[in-house]
Amino acid sequence: MHHHHLILRVVTKLLAGTIILYALYVQFHGDFSPGGGFQAGVIMAVAFILYGIVFGLVAVQRVFPPWLVHKIVALGVLIYAGTGIYAMMLGYEFLDYGAFDPGHPSHGQHNGILAVELGVGVTVTGVMVAIYYAFAGRAPRISDEDW
Amino acid sequence: MTTVLEIISWILILSGSFFSIIGALGSLRFPDFWSRLHAASVTDSGGMILLLAGMCVQAGLGLITVKLILIGVFLFITGPTATHAVANAAFVSGLKPTGNKKTDKG
Repeated sequence: MHHHHLILRVVTKLLAGTIILYALYVQFHGDFSPGGGFQAGVIMAVAFILYGIVFGLVAVQRVFPPWLVHKIVALGVLIYAGTGIYAMMLGYEFLDYGAFDPGHPSHGQHNGILAVELGVGVTVTGVMVAIYYAFAGRAPRISDEDW
Repeated sequence: MTTVLEIISWILILSGSFFSIIGALGSLRFPDFWSRLHAASVTDSGGMILLLAGMCVQAGLGLITVKLILIGVFLFITGPTATHAVANAAFVSGLKPTGNKKTDKG
């Protein structure tokens, strides 16, 4: 880290938390305003990617280690499929959200879509961060002189 | 009262658009990298603030104005930071501002 990155470091520290907060807003407000799981996941990943670009790969992997990223990619799919299978266990069809509140199916659909979108957001966060780690962590190319 | 607010907001929006056009024109037509960067950052700060202020007056007091002010605050922080990052990268990689447009090939 050189001294001329001071402004970038200060602004990144200021923004990283705010970006995560905004991602959660897009995630859980997605049924009233533009947004949803995919957008929220990308915004959430941007917070980590920004942190990694400014502070380096080692620092961001201390916050969000690669083994956790890989677990999170699978966890989102598990939440998505689990929501569907839970509806099946209640005697309805796969992903039939009406199952969650039989007396008032639209409430059940509201809760079901929130759970599914949470799964999408978690997976997209994991995939985006994993792609960034894969690109940023690759070994530098061997130049012609080194052969 | 409504007419006064309309006039104020349209003055703000039109002058914001003017600054944005000036910024775009400057970043196309200025001779070297540093003056182009200066023109582009005018769009970030001057044009953006005036446009958002005009939209705030249009929206009136309410949630939309709060959101517009938040957008303004974040653009106010990130815009100059992005300009700084670009200028810093150019400076570090060897493009020095000499003040002479013959030698500053950007």
